[in-house]
Amino acid sequence: MAGIPHDHYEPSTGGEKWLHKRLPVVGLMYDTLMIPTPKNLNWMWIWGIVLVFTLVLQIATGVILAMHYVADTELAFSRIEHIMRNVNGGAMIRYVHMNGASLFFVAVYAHIFRALYYGSYKSPREVTWIIGILMFVLMMGTAFMGYVLPWGQMSFHGTAVITGLFGAIPFVGEAIQTWLLGAGAVGQPALNRFFALHYMLPFVLLGLTIVHVWAFHTTGNNNPTGVEVRRTSKEEAERDTLPFWPYFVIKDLLALVVILIVFTAIVGFMPNYLGHPDNYIPATAAATPAHIVPEWYFLPFYAILRAFDDSVWIVILTNWLTFGIIDGKFFGVLAMFGAIAVMALAPWLDTSSVRSGRYRPMFKWWFWLLVVDFIILMWVGARPAEGIYPVISLIGATYWFAYFLVILPLLGVIEKPLTPPATIEEDFAAHYPKSTGGSSSAPAAAPAE
Amino acid sequence: MSHADDLQGTRRDFIYYATAGGGAIAAGVGGWGLINSMNPSRDVLALQSVRVDISGLSEGMQIVPLWQGKPVFIRYRTPEEIEAARSVDVADLPDQSAGNDLLGDDAEATDANRTVAVFDGGEGVEPTFPEGALYVSSGLCTHLGCVPVGESGDFGGWFCPCHGSHYDTAGRIRKGPAPRNLPIPYAVLVEDTVLQLGEEA
Repeated sequence: MAGIPHDHYEPSTGGEKWLHKRLPVVGLMYDTLMIPTPKNLNWMWIWGIVLVFTLVLQIATGVILAMHYVADTELAFSRIEHIMRNVNGGAMIRYVHMNGASLFFVAVYAHIFRALYYGSYKSPREVTWIIGILMFVLMMGTAFMGYVLPWGQMSFHGTAVITGLFGAIPFVGEAIQTWLLGAGAVGQPALNRFFALHYMLPFVLLGLTIVHVWAFHTTGNNNPTGVEVRRTSKEEAERDTLPFWPYFVIKDLLALVVILIVFTAIVGFMPNYLGHPDNYIPATAAATPAHIVPEWYFLPFYAILRAFDDSVWIVILTNWLTFGIIDGKFFGVLAMFGAIAVMALAPWLDTSSVRSGRYRPMFKWWFWLLVVDFIILMWVGARPAEGIYPVISLIGATYWFAYFLVILPLLGVIEKPLTPPATIEEDFAAHYPKSTGGSSSAPAAAPAE
Repeated sequence: MSHADDLQGTRRDFIYYATAGGGAIAAGVGGWGLINSMNPSRDVLALQSVRVDISGLSEGMQIVPLWQGKPVFIRYRTPEEIEAARSVDVADLPDQSAGNDLLGDDAEATDANRTVAVFDGGEGVEPTFPEGALYVSSGLCTHLGCVPVGESGDFGGWFCPCHGSHYDTAGRIRKGPAPRNLPIPYAVLVEDTVLQLGEEA
């Protein structure tokens, strides 16, 4: 696939030429920043920058916190209190890091649902999507291991439950769980290695971010119409796009400012609102908190985990078909990981010829039902597994799978989509009168000084 | 000419595969060393058995010592609790295996099989508990490893608050997502009121 035609970096001064011959790093940065971007991107296209910002924020605050923290079961809890009480500005840094995890997931869920609505996952952006899902999984792992480090009651027993998921694997589960924990139970080896991994994985995420950006810079951004940028000539491409710098950078920064106002208010006035008081009780193996729940961002998947027990017919059937190897417990684990796996398969499950949900009258309803389903699962995941709640979880989990495995493939066949505009320029012109920027000539960007 | 080229190609192929194969083996051996280092270390394995003083245990009381980092329930059951556990028909249980390390895998989950082992003490040991009163089992729910709460749930035994598993007064799963009865570790009275958990290494 040929990239979108655009101007490339030309070194002008002697020094630039000298460096460019030896290391074309300025050219790489120029081409990355000046990438032609569809000019009709709406406000849902800000989350990528928010995510990059949050990753950098988490790494910066995390490295500082690591300087004051000790990964020892006897000391970890008191070291967190040490950060909160003794370290200069420590409470603020820790609260930013704690709530930064929540900001991260707010942004990633918005980013993912945007991609699901506008069909960003569809050809030719499957690789971008798969890498994104991989990053999402890594993010969840990193967040989970970070939550273990304060060594409070929720840290400890959450670890027992989550590593117990691996123990549910038939035959080798117990050996895998012991290997993960480095002991028969949660203790010093687990805390120590989780700290090491919690420090390392964000840098893997940083690397994958570059690959993720590289992938969609090769295919070009999707946009609300799902119509591709014209690539036949530079003039046509310029009528569909604007360079990323300064147009989209400034727009994204404005969105970031608004988001950070809300974020700062939460960090400043209600830093523990999203947490659990039980995690301010030092960990003890002898008692589990009465109501153990994961952090809010894991709740939808936690609800799916709990939805399947031995009384559900599909679990009974699977159990019978596999001669008892897959029991209710393992089925729940498979369902939880499967809920993410079906997302990764979306590019091949969606059979529609039209990319953007904007032009798919039936798809819209099912999509918004998926969003509602996600929120219901998040709510029910925090409720005790009794009474009506398991039933709601089961219905919610069923819809989640049905959306990807049944509705997406079928809709492409039975739905009659509307006709998207022929070009991005046309869509843009329909929204904005000529005088406000619908002109065809994008200002030529000057090379970096 | 072509013959010589073929010969050279074959030699190159051989070197190529030999190098790749050698590299793969070296990476595998090195990788296994790293992976295996994450398995339990010697000091963790050394904590195989502990001795617990249970002289302070009175009727209806439970203590939860840690053994290998995991909680263990040691309970002095009341006559009502023993009676409740013995009145259950094994055929009605979701898990009919005793799950007792001192008995075989085919032992049934009768109340006797769930408690008998602790009386197999050493010589001269005189248990100070009524028969069937001393109960020992793992304190981790067989679902996802939370610690169930004692004297609660629909069967008066243990109730796991995480996902709602109910155990009876003999630690047998009766209702909820947990698949198995609470496992009973190797536990013997080595003195009249001293219980040893785990075999000595």
